[in-house]
Amino acid sequence: MLEIKKLTKKYSSNTIFKALDLTVRDGEVLSIVGPSGIGKTTLIKILAGLETADSGEVILNDEQLPVNGTRSDAKVGLIFQDFNLFPNYTVLDNITLAPISVNKIDKITAQKQARNILETLGMADKADLYPFQLSGGQKQRAAIARALAMNPQILAYDEPTSGLDEASTNQVAEVVKALKAQGVTQMIITHDHPFAELVSDRVFDFATEVSR
Amino acid sequence: MNYFLEIAPNLLAGLKMTLGVFFLTIIGSVPLGIIVSLGMKSEYFTVRWLINGYIWIMRGTPLLLQLIFVYYGLGMMGITFPRFEAAVIAFIINYAAYLAEIFRGGLQSVPRGQYDAARVLGFTRTQTFFKIVLPQVIKIVVPSFGNEVINLVKDTSLVYVIGLGDILRAGNIAASRDVTLVPYLLVGLIYLLMTAIVTVLLRRSEKRLNIWR
Repeated sequence: MLEIKKLTKKYSSNTIFKALDLTVRDGEVLSIVGPSGIGKTTLIKILAGLETADSGEVILNDEQLPVNGTRSDAKVGLIFQDFNLFPNYTVLDNITLAPISVNKIDKITAQKQARNILETLGMADKADLYPFQLSGGQKQRAAIARALAMNPQILAYDEPTSGLDEASTNQVAEVVKALKAQGVTQMIITHDHPFAELVSDRVFDFATEVSR
Repeated sequence: MNYFLEIAPNLLAGLKMTLGVFFLTIIGSVPLGIIVSLGMKSEYFTVRWLINGYIWIMRGTPLLLQLIFVYYGLGMMGITFPRFEAAVIAFIINYAAYLAEIFRGGLQSVPRGQYDAARVLGFTRTQTFFKIVLPQVIKIVVPSFGNEVINLVKDTSLVYVIGLGDILRAGNIAASRDVTLVPYLLVGLIYLLMTAIVTVLLRRSEKRLNIWR
């Protein structure tokens, strides 16, 4: 379970959000909607440890995560809007690099696990391709696989459907549902209301439900 | 042909010197260049200031002058190196400055998102640099790096100024002794051969790096 308590983020005098309270229950899919430039991505970056917050708490499965920018771990799996796959590695190596070098898992086990993940995402035949050889939707699933390989306690997506056509968007929806069925807790930042309604248990409106 | 065989041992001895300076410079200046380029992004003003001063001096004065300074100048100040070591040191610190500028450009072209992605996967800064950033920098800098390597092949001829016998000096001696231009022609051909080898090797590595984009 992810609990956000009284989280506040300011840029000098500009308050992005104030005393934000939000809870994502285990296995739940929560979408955060709202127009661009409203601070949704900032929130997700704070959760992933890429941004600092001014005050407040982030508690993930009863563990308090620092929000002062000192974190560098994979407890929150982040799927970037532009994927940020490593161009110099194949899909398989993109997925296994962190388990091998961060978690010190042996290569054989890591590859086996990665192939299993790719299988569930319908990407088994793409393991040996480089990112530039993939379509947008495939890159996204590779990015999801890379995050999943680190067994994150929650998976957070930043605008997962931006730049994707309808077919790819539907595939993302299928992936979210399939992961939900496996019990993965997911948080989706999007401005795509229909998509949010389709895949989530709950939709949080960042424009109206947040004080500034 | 007979004449060629006659002067070949001298030319080969000179070639050995040339290649020695060449390879030691590559081995020394690449890592030093990487370290300097990282230092240029240091959060400490003094470090950036010192590095910029160093690069300014290295790029702003002739390599010939730097060679003279390292051997004779430092020698007068009591820091003496043997000729060969002095030449290698001068070449390494000179080429490291140029390479550092090239690596800096390469580092800047790696998108911020790559660092972010590495961080949320839990990589340390060292792992991020060696496994994710450096391979991308290498791919970007290979063409400009190749340019410097080819320059280096020819720049090694400057070592004559501190009395080292490289291939050009060997040719020079033979030419003035026998009053003929043939040794110069041979020396020119050997330089062409060396740059051809370097060119082929660089093309090959560019091709290998092109399996990803």
